[in-house]
Amino acid sequence: MPLRSFTKWLVVLLVLHGVIAAAGFFAPYSPIEQDRDRPYLPPMRLHFFDTQGHFHFRPFFHPLRLRESAFDQYEESTSTAIPLHFFVRGASYHLLGILPMRFHLFGASDARICLLGTDAFGRDQLSRILYGGQVSLLAGLLGAGVTLFLGALIGIVAGYYAGWRDELLMRVAELFLALPWLYLLFALRAFLPLSVSPLEAFLLVVVVIGLVGWARPARLVRGVVLSVKERDFVRAARGFGASHLYLLRRHILPETASVLLTQAAILVPQFILAEMTLSFLGLGIPEPISSWGNLLASLQNYSVLVSYWWMYLPALAIIPFFLGYLGLASSLQERPAAYKIVEKKSWNPS
Amino acid sequence: MIKTRPSSRPFLFPACLIFVCASIFSLHSNASPHRQQGQSNEELAVLPGEIGRSGGRLVVALRDEPKTLNPLTAADSPSREVIAAMQSDLIHINRATQLTEPGLAKSWKISPDGLRYTLTLRKGLRFSDGHPLDADDVLFTFRVNLDEKLHAAQRDLLTVGGKPITVRKIDAQTLVFQLAKPDGVEERLFDGIAILPRHLLEKPYEEGKLGQLWAPSTPPKEWAGLGPFRLKGYVPGQKLVLERNPYYWKTDARGNRLPYLNELDFLFVPSADAQVLRFQSGETDLITRLSAENFSVLLRQQRGSTMVDAGPGLEFNFLFFNLNDLGDKSSPEMARKQKWFRDVKFRQAVSAAIDRQAIVRLVYQGRGTALWAPVTPGDRRWVDASIPHPPRSLERARALLKEANFSWSSSSNGDPTLLDSDGKPVEFSVLSSSSNADRTKMATLIQDDLKQLGMHVQIVPIEFRSLVDRLTQTMQYDACVQGLASFDTDPNSDLNVWLSSGGIHLWNPSQAHPATPWEAEIDRLMEKQLSTPGYQQRKKLYDRVQEILAENQPMIFLASPDILVGAKSTLANIHPAVLEPYLLWNVEQLYFRNGAEAPSR
Repeated sequence: MPLRSFTKWLVVLLVLHGVIAAAGFFAPYSPIEQDRDRPYLPPMRLHFFDTQGHFHFRPFFHPLRLRESAFDQYEESTSTAIPLHFFVRGASYHLLGILPMRFHLFGASDARICLLGTDAFGRDQLSRILYGGQVSLLAGLLGAGVTLFLGALIGIVAGYYAGWRDELLMRVAELFLALPWLYLLFALRAFLPLSVSPLEAFLLVVVVIGLVGWARPARLVRGVVLSVKERDFVRAARGFGASHLYLLRRHILPETASVLLTQAAILVPQFILAEMTLSFLGLGIPEPISSWGNLLASLQNYSVLVSYWWMYLPALAIIPFFLGYLGLASSLQERPAAYKIVEKKSWNPS
Repeated sequence: MIKTRPSSRPFLFPACLIFVCASIFSLHSNASPHRQQGQSNEELAVLPGEIGRSGGRLVVALRDEPKTLNPLTAADSPSREVIAAMQSDLIHINRATQLTEPGLAKSWKISPDGLRYTLTLRKGLRFSDGHPLDADDVLFTFRVNLDEKLHAAQRDLLTVGGKPITVRKIDAQTLVFQLAKPDGVEERLFDGIAILPRHLLEKPYEEGKLGQLWAPSTPPKEWAGLGPFRLKGYVPGQKLVLERNPYYWKTDARGNRLPYLNELDFLFVPSADAQVLRFQSGETDLITRLSAENFSVLLRQQRGSTMVDAGPGLEFNFLFFNLNDLGDKSSPEMARKQKWFRDVKFRQAVSAAIDRQAIVRLVYQGRGTALWAPVTPGDRRWVDASIPHPPRSLERARALLKEANFSWSSSSNGDPTLLDSDGKPVEFSVLSSSSNADRTKMATLIQDDLKQLGMHVQIVPIEFRSLVDRLTQTMQYDACVQGLASFDTDPNSDLNVWLSSGGIHLWNPSQAHPATPWEAEIDRLMEKQLSTPGYQQRKKLYDRVQEILAENQPMIFLASPDILVGAKSTLANIHPAVLEPYLLWNVEQLYFRNGAEAPSR
């Protein structure tokens, strides 16, 4: 059964990431396009029944009109109904960052449809959440990649070579564990230049959060390496004259895989959260690029907090991702036994 | 926000003063037998307006703890706000009419050459501890204000034509002030100079301790003033409590001695959002300096309170470029950028491309005014109505850039990129203060506006102190969105912004010589208006300054927010002014209807 739950969570995560990766297709508009006449537009409602109560197979919506002399009070003008179209041509974008495309999942010809409302500049909130997910997820994944690479490298060196190297690296690791890492993030970010392009800022965030978390995976990997390197099959291989590199690659690294995978599933959501924290506090990705963190940043204002509930929605977007990753992590933790048996059967020392 | 003049004008005074001699006053003195009456030898000021009922406690939130109650050393705005309720000046600028009116001096005369001012004090006035006021207190006040060792904030205001004003006593009620050169501001000079009690301060002054005197924790017995309220107590980190000054020198039209309120409490509430919450919960009775967002929240949700949009204030917000001569510190990249910034056509093009109406609508929710010059419509006396208000025009911006030898690259997708004469793309960053959401929003709108010209702008919100450091010390920035707010409507309160030698001449501060001909011209005009008496002549000179600024765009003026205030509906005599202190300027006349004062806590 554990294998099936593992696949189930993997599929869920793949679908979620697929939606975000293809944000250009699912988002109806460009995330930075401002509509200055419609700030803080509330989420529009899709209708299936018109005012006479007739059912329409194609959903439609009523455009919202600003109330007289109001800043953010809108009313539906029920006299016009605009049908929703699927697979429409709209703003151009690059699917997965490569394929130039103009097709969007849905849209309307005469008016903008904002299913999740708009922000202070009239930018479509749904598009911003989807595009913002690209930044936050990629930062989380790359950050976790950097951390795991560092952690594995340091853990293996410490565990395999032991002696003073082990002592030194593990004391440094303990130092890192003892540090309050959120404040370390702030300090690191504050040292770096302020005025950077969005891409540089993104890479900075990835590197900063990647550098902070290596200590825990390094200790776990070291533990595994320490026990594996004394196992009979490793000693036998060493007795046959296997080189360090061969031993590490063939016998020791495969044994650390399950630990690293579990760590990855735990670290990715943690690092997504770290990116959000940095961006929330204005130290991450700069405007006008969106990320889940800077989408939430407007909630620091009391007036936004009490007036526009749809500004909370980016916080909900992360919940399925977190559930997916935590489900994956727990199913991975149940797996190691099976993993080892499979491993032993497939590899038969002769 | 940078305040232009840390020294200025903290004083209050009522809307319109009518003077009556003691005999007329005595006709009214029977109207309210329960109140303390003026004695027949007192020359009190009588205020017109609604007659209030006495009693009650007014609770007001303050952004920060006042650092001092000493008018000589107060530089921060919480200190000035508190001192304004505790002290009085000789001649006062009425915050509502923006004109001068008699204060402790009942009348004044200016000699025809503009060099000699003769002031006559009111008779029979007393400090809040009962000690009588006379001309010696005024002499003492000006002596300490002009003492170089004390570094009083008002010292440079009292130095006219390079020489300090000299004061002479004629008799117990009459003083003569002698100036070295005529002063353009005339009697407005005296606003904000709090008259100090000589009987308490002379000894510490001679011992050299006056500068450290009157911290907020001073025992009330060692403090005295001439304002409507006097010190009662101070709880560090929480509040400052003032009580009614029984010797205050103003009455209402029925002869009741002001102020009406028994107690005035200043609570220390640091953040704007926390102040809104305190006001919503009824803990404070009035609120000023509201952002447009918080104002509309209160307008929607708050029952039992009156919310007032008092119209445009004096704050002006602007975008400016780094025009400093960086010398050795300049990198080739910075030199390339400064070549664009120094081109007046580039600045005019940026100005033409900015959608000011969108700033007013999206940042201030329509509660603000678009600006093309530094003087806002809130400054009724000095605004130059002839400055053109061209609407946003990308065509004009493009034409200006073409004239300045900029060109556009034809890119395959999206907007073309603007290239300078060397074929390099035009990219720069705009700093804004991370604690000011309004200005960061403005920067985001400007970023989108300029993208349509092909400029790539990055917004860098940074912490306010490091922002100021970059603007005035290291000069490490490309452009910045900032705001300034004067305390007075008079052009002299902005001298250090417009003079090229000024410390907050932001685009190129503290120059030894004016860098451009038009800055030299502004210097000349500002110096000239300093010593030109008469409003009409000065107005002509200052209008020219505004026109030069509007044409050369060293600052691209954006918008000015309205003064937004609120008060409990039970609080009466509320007349919001666009000058600080917006609601407390007539604190002596505020009162609670129907005994609905704040419950004691």
